[in-house]
Amino acid sequence: MKKRTDKAWYALFVLPLVFIFTTVVIIPFIIGIGYSFFSWDGIGLNPKVFVGLDNYKQLFTDIRFMDSAKHTIIFTVVAIIFINVLGLTFALIVTSELKTRNIARTMLFMPYLIGGLILGYIWKFIFTDAFSKIGEITGWNKIFFNWLLNPNFALAALIIVATWQMAGYIMIIYITGIQGIPGDVIEAARVDGAGFFDTLFRIKFPLIMPSFTICLFMTLSNCFKIFDVNLSLTGGGPSQATEMFAMNIYNEIFSLNHYGYGQAKAILFFIVVGIVTLIQVSITKKREVTMQ
Amino acid sequence: MSGSYKLGKLGKMAGELLFLVICVFYLYPVFIVLINSFKNRAELYENVLALPNELNFKYYAEAMTKMNFTGAFINSFLVTAISITVIVVLSSMTAWMLVRSDGRFSRIIFMVFVSTMLIPFQTLMMPLMQTMGWIRDNLHIPMLNTLGGLIYMNVGFGASMAVFLYHGFVKSIPISLEEAATIDGCSKFGVFWKIVFPMLKPTTVTVMILDVIWIWNDYLLPSLVVSSKALRTIPLSTFSFFGQFTRQWNMAMAGLMLTIIPVIIFYLCAQKYIIKGVAAGAVK
Repeated sequence: MKKRTDKAWYALFVLPLVFIFTTVVIIPFIIGIGYSFFSWDGIGLNPKVFVGLDNYKQLFTDIRFMDSAKHTIIFTVVAIIFINVLGLTFALIVTSELKTRNIARTMLFMPYLIGGLILGYIWKFIFTDAFSKIGEITGWNKIFFNWLLNPNFALAALIIVATWQMAGYIMIIYITGIQGIPGDVIEAARVDGAGFFDTLFRIKFPLIMPSFTICLFMTLSNCFKIFDVNLSLTGGGPSQATEMFAMNIYNEIFSLNHYGYGQAKAILFFIVVGIVTLIQVSITKKREVTMQ
Repeated sequence: MSGSYKLGKLGKMAGELLFLVICVFYLYPVFIVLINSFKNRAELYENVLALPNELNFKYYAEAMTKMNFTGAFINSFLVTAISITVIVVLSSMTAWMLVRSDGRFSRIIFMVFVSTMLIPFQTLMMPLMQTMGWIRDNLHIPMLNTLGGLIYMNVGFGASMAVFLYHGFVKSIPISLEEAATIDGCSKFGVFWKIVFPMLKPTTVTVMILDVIWIWNDYLLPSLVVSSKALRTIPLSTFSFFGQFTRQWNMAMAGLMLTIIPVIIFYLCAQKYIIKGVAAGAVK
């Protein structure tokens, strides 16, 4: 009797969420794998033709897709470096004894809360109109011109906006790490005559290693999956020079109506994200062991 | 030896000032949007960097009607508030039960929740729309182009993270209180809502903050689910507004400010919780 009521409670507590989760995530994931083996234009009445692995084979000869992979990798690597260097610098300044630290933290974190779509639009205006004007006033029109019309500069613009969005967020994580360092450790080092850079490189950095890992992981996965900023800032342009992975998949499915082929890209996208994450997690685990 | 620490009073003041200037410069793009939202077209094209001649709120009023800002705000608010309430209620119940009835079944469910956090949204978007379309056609439940459908899908996508955070926290709270309450004749439901849920408050705040930031700003999922104008959330109406007014920047700037202002107000009111929540959510 008791057993049965326990089971009923279990079902009552767990089943509603498991049901929703299954219909929104699990089922689409499984049928998504299925779709990737078919050729289909997304119209219900038109036939879905089984093509086996053809969609996956086609991926590797798809120049536009390979280009988007290249942009995504360049973007991700450069953005990770920028975001982390800037975020860590901010965190070190904000945790120092400055009186302005609270207001500074407030201001630096603000861009993260404004969504990617809106941020992209703000900067679209800066890079097009404000930059042309600055170039006109200062005469430095080799640097200040409409960045979004030049393929390389448009990619750089995307990196700047992503940095602007995420540096404050990453700063918060580094701050948590730095504040976790016991004060007496720093004090002891200071008494022993360690200078600013000694303290920074020999004490602070080794002790915030876990924060490094978290921040690298966060920036990696956010940059790799970037979509909103991409959409509003450049829309993938000029002529697909800034089209990232996520946007390429979106366009393949919903603009070109290649539902099956686009889904194969989406599955590959998942596999890449999965592998990178697993590598990341295993490195983190190893480091935690050696730290102890 | 430790000379680099002691900059002297003047040096320190200069440092403070310099950092403040950097911070102000950091938010300069938002300032540019603000000043240009008051200008008329001729003024804007004359010099985008100059301050406006007068504080003209005309474009705000116009942008507000053209974006259907009030409607979009209400939609965004409803979707965010209801989604988060449901996520908090269902995820905390699920996580608690999974921890307290620890068995193979519970562990598998938990593993599935956690491992699916890896799946990017782009991998699910097309088959999700097909699934929801199938439910609409065959079970006659309006999942597409309704706010209810959008909320339902938000709950599905928010579940993993919330269950994960609650699961970690429940494991750290002692079971003795719950046992005492059970002996006193409290049902599981009573135990959870009267005793456990109040103790979960720190995690509830974290989940709420993370989900507000995500759902309020989410563009892609709502853009796929919602097609009618009246149901647009703020990011959707901003997107369509921008499509129409890219050559009318002053109007566009006023529209942007309208969407940023609620975020800034929310931030200034709940700053302490937001920063704590974001830090806690990332570190776990």
